[in-house]
Amino acid sequence: MTDTKVLLEFVNKLKEENSAWIADLKDTLGEVTATVPRESIVDVCWVLKTKHGFDMLADICGADRGPEEDPRFEVNYHLFSTKHFNRLRLKVLLSEDEPNVPTVVSVWKTANWHERETFDLFGVIFDNHPDLRRILLPSDFDGHALRKDYPLRGYEPYSLT
Amino acid sequence: MGLENTVFESLPDVLTVKLDAVVNWARKSSLWPATFGLACCAIEMMNTVSSRNDLSRFGAETFRASPRQADVMIVSGRVSRKMAPALRRIYDQMPEPKWVISMGACATSGGVFDNYAIVQGVDKIVPVDVYIPGCPPRPEMLIHAIMMLQEKIMNESVKDRVDTFEEESRQSIVPGTLPVTIGTKLEEASKNASTRPYTIASRHEKRRSS
Repeated sequence: MTDTKVLLEFVNKLKEENSAWIADLKDTLGEVTATVPRESIVDVCWVLKTKHGFDMLADICGADRGPEEDPRFEVNYHLFSTKHFNRLRLKVLLSEDEPNVPTVVSVWKTANWHERETFDLFGVIFDNHPDLRRILLPSDFDGHALRKDYPLRGYEPYSLT
Repeated sequence: MGLENTVFESLPDVLTVKLDAVVNWARKSSLWPATFGLACCAIEMMNTVSSRNDLSRFGAETFRASPRQADVMIVSGRVSRKMAPALRRIYDQMPEPKWVISMGACATSGGVFDNYAIVQGVDKIVPVDVYIPGCPPRPEMLIHAIMMLQEKIMNESVKDRVDTFEEESRQSIVPGTLPVTIGTKLEEASKNASTRPYTIASRHEKRRSS
């Protein structure tokens, strides 16, 4: 089991800077996941990148907990540092009615395509994204394919069946 | 070839029977497949031309990277909905005469991928001559399919095939690709561009369905 002491120190430093930044903290299986309020995700990412050496955004994932859940959507940011080789996960929770989250393209440029993918498959809208359009599915696709309530065969009329 | 049209117009039904035999024999003995690997079936397709199975015994080993130089399209694998316009465009770029082999369960019917992302059978997009079952089919099955195609070619007649007219071939461009620019300005061309979905039958298909 990896020691998470170093990671928790980073989170504590964030808390010292602004106590509202960390809404929830999970420390399981050698991984640390910090839930961040939607409004402060850009600030948190910026501080982590500039002050704490998390210079690489490894991935942005979406998750759908199901239509009956509230908050329904998650956006997970997987950060990595090429200086001290630690990994940290940030999580933003979103409701179905307002699946908006500010973009972190200003912090890491690679977020551009990751966010397009999350938008494409989950319908999460990244505010102020420079080019928010579909990246994997065809541009005329109807719906967001990885949502739990998306039918497996797609919506009718299905043009090519 | 172009020759058959001239011969047929000047000497209808006199020379064409023997000409059929010669032309078909030439066509079937030198099939040039397009390299169109889409999934795991493509691995078997590669194996088909390798030394163990040696497709060149049947005269079809010259895989071409350009559709302009190919006359058989082996659709080897599942076709995603995003790939469908590209596949149709490659088919349109192949010169006549051309044939299509649907290799494997996915290309034929969608296979296990009964979902929103995969086209449920490539015959929704292009006309198919030979279907091969299997997941993936063995190289022997592909060889058998090519031999069946050769049999089919031997029964064709040059009278069936009329070269696509220049005008028509110019319009057979998949929408969203290149606008018609010959003799017209770009804006006019994009204005007049007819929305032609890639599922409309080409002249080639119309002949086959009749």
